[in-house]
Amino acid sequence: MNIRNNIALSDSGFLFDPSTGDSFSVNPIGMEIIRMIKGGKTDPEIRQYLLSTYQTDEATIEKDYYDFLKMVEQFHLIEKTDGKEKD
Amino acid sequence: MEKKKINVAISGLNNVDSPGPGIPVIRALRESKLYDVTIIGLSYDSYEPGLYMEGMTDITYQIPFPSAGQEALLNRLSYIQQHYPIQVLIPNFDAELFNFIKLADRLKKEMGIHTFLPTVEQFEERHKANLPEWGRKYNIAVPRSQMIHSVYEIANLHHSYTYPLVIKGKYYEAGIAYNHDQAVGHFNKISAKWGLPIIVQEFLKGTEVNVTAIGDGKGNMIGAVPMRKQVITDKGKAWAGITLEDSTLLDFAAHLFKETHWKGPCELEMIRTAEGKLYIIELNPRFPAWVYLAVGAGQNHPEAIVSMALGETVTPFTTYESGKMFIRYSWDLICDLKSFEVISTRGELKL
Repeated sequence: MNIRNNIALSDSGFLFDPSTGDSFSVNPIGMEIIRMIKGGKTDPEIRQYLLSTYQTDEATIEKDYYDFLKMVEQFHLIEKTDGKEKD
Repeated sequence: MEKKKINVAISGLNNVDSPGPGIPVIRALRESKLYDVTIIGLSYDSYEPGLYMEGMTDITYQIPFPSAGQEALLNRLSYIQQHYPIQVLIPNFDAELFNFIKLADRLKKEMGIHTFLPTVEQFEERHKANLPEWGRKYNIAVPRSQMIHSVYEIANLHHSYTYPLVIKGKYYEAGIAYNHDQAVGHFNKISAKWGLPIIVQEFLKGTEVNVTAIGDGKGNMIGAVPMRKQVITDKGKAWAGITLEDSTLLDFAAHLFKETHWKGPCELEMIRTAEGKLYIIELNPRFPAWVYLAVGAGQNHPEAIVSMALGETVTPFTTYESGKMFIRYSWDLICDLKSFEVISTRGELKL
């Protein structure tokens, strides 16, 4: 999975999609996740970072992290290749 | 570089909740880096707010309604020409365009007034009623549609269409009908206001995107800025919008200009379906009221139209800023009754 290149994320967590004009707000953890994805971090790396940084457990991360990713996908913020969305 | 002094006539000063493009076009020209403009406003009604807005027109003249005919318009322009010689004229109302297009040659030869307008054929063939044929001719995707002249024809629509349908007026207004009764309601309301025929159009589910663009009449797109409406009024007009970065929209628009050789400004109203396919639902033959957003994003289309009207070569715009927004606002302008009296009785007003 990769966030589309033209998606802009500001320091305040404001996310703008210039191809649709849609804008979103993400919380600080959402911002971190988006930045890590954009920075090329892998799925296990991101989950490990969240687990070690925040007081939480694997089951909660499993649920919330994938819920967040699904939302990102539904809003078409994922880069497409050959007409398909990248995993 | 010293700016060139020029007199430009502009119509469409009805800066109301469903605004004409006149004031945005004037603002664009006032910000021109090439021209030092004197603006001659052309109005139809004493209540057009643009008449009373400081810093917009230098003088405004009332002109006869389009139904008065071309000779009446020519006579009025001839009068204006003796007082404020117009060098370039940019008409901004759909309903007045036919007369100005027909008179374009005479305006230039007899009065030295330059325009940059589509040809009669280009203007006529993109009418809502002719859109399916136009789409076939130029290989441009358009929704299925047909004209109807009687309310009784609605009963037979279910043979070829499924609801919802878009019921459109010849010039303005449209409504979405989810069943026969609603279609009849829209037909009666719109035809009472704008006459017949009524256009019945397939409803395409998707996102509406619009492009303000200009063509040189030789197949080239000189500028184009796409926008998505963010806030829409009850009349379907954009109250806020944002520029988009989307090469597919620009490619689609460039294809349209290449095929049609459209000359002058236009607004492309499009629907992008969930599958990403683009359809033209309307081609408006003039600047849209939101054209000032294009200026804010880096493309001064009205300035380019003035240059092209004067026969100068304009380098096509290649960039603009995406994510640039506009938000309209309303403002109670306090005006002197004297101004209203002057424009109403003498047909001309200088603030």
